[in-house]
Amino acid sequence: MNDDDRVFNALADSNRRFLLDLLFGRDGRPLTELESELEMTRFGVMKHLRVLEEAGLVVTRRSGREKLHFLNPVPILMIHERWIDKYREGRVSALTELKAQLEEQR
Amino acid sequence: MSTSTETTQVYRIYIKASAQAIWDAITKPEWTERYGYTGLVDFDLRSGGAYKVRPTEPFKKESEARFGGELPEVIIDGEVVEADPPHKLVHTFRMLMDPGMAEEPYTRITYEIKELDHMCSLTLTHELEGAPKLAALVRGDQEEYGAGGGHAWVLSELKTLIETGKVFAD
Repeated sequence: MNDDDRVFNALADSNRRFLLDLLFGRDGRPLTELESELEMTRFGVMKHLRVLEEAGLVVTRRSGREKLHFLNPVPILMIHERWIDKYREGRVSALTELKAQLEEQR
Repeated sequence: MSTSTETTQVYRIYIKASAQAIWDAITKPEWTERYGYTGLVDFDLRSGGAYKVRPTEPFKKESEARFGGELPEVIIDGEVVEADPPHKLVHTFRMLMDPGMAEEPYTRITYEIKELDHMCSLTLTHELEGAPKLAALVRGDQEEYGAGGGHAWVLSELKTLIETGKVFAD
């Protein structure tokens, strides 16, 4: 899997997207806090967090005895630049061309 | 402790370059003027050394035209806490371009560069206790008002510049 595959794969699961939303709401949270928000075993939550971490979407830091999870927005921004801006610009320029053509015909 | 983690932001990016190249791109003005906010950094790279960022002429002109008022000579200041080239840099950071942010306390930025197979990871941790205005800016919340996309955007530009030699604006 390349980096993009890992990010898309990580985002292709509603539980993992929910975990990202939890961190977006409040960042830097330990496992115990996150697992209380999901109806899932601790092991299941850990597995999902690991997938997110391997995709670079979550970065962990140690703080005393706790491991804190932080949302890393960089991979999402890069996917946005690579996959979303590109197509949106395409649409916009197609529309401006259409407008120019229609106006020429008048 | 819970308050400090809630005000900390962490960003990580993978860059196909040597740790030294990444270190240079962060600490040398001839690099920093080519990506992100284009500020000219001035680091005295030893513990207790000064950290200043000055605007380039085009940035100064654009900013003054867009937001009015005169830009200060130094737009960001702080102090180097730890410099361990090319792997770790810790410095304090205060934004002086905006009076509201200039009143906030010094925040703290840590850069960590780790060598991996054929690439490096660059992790930026920004501890923003007591500085909600700066926190919003570096999170990219004010991008639509022309304030740039914050750390995520800066790091993504830094990666593009190091890996390809150019940025989107070129």
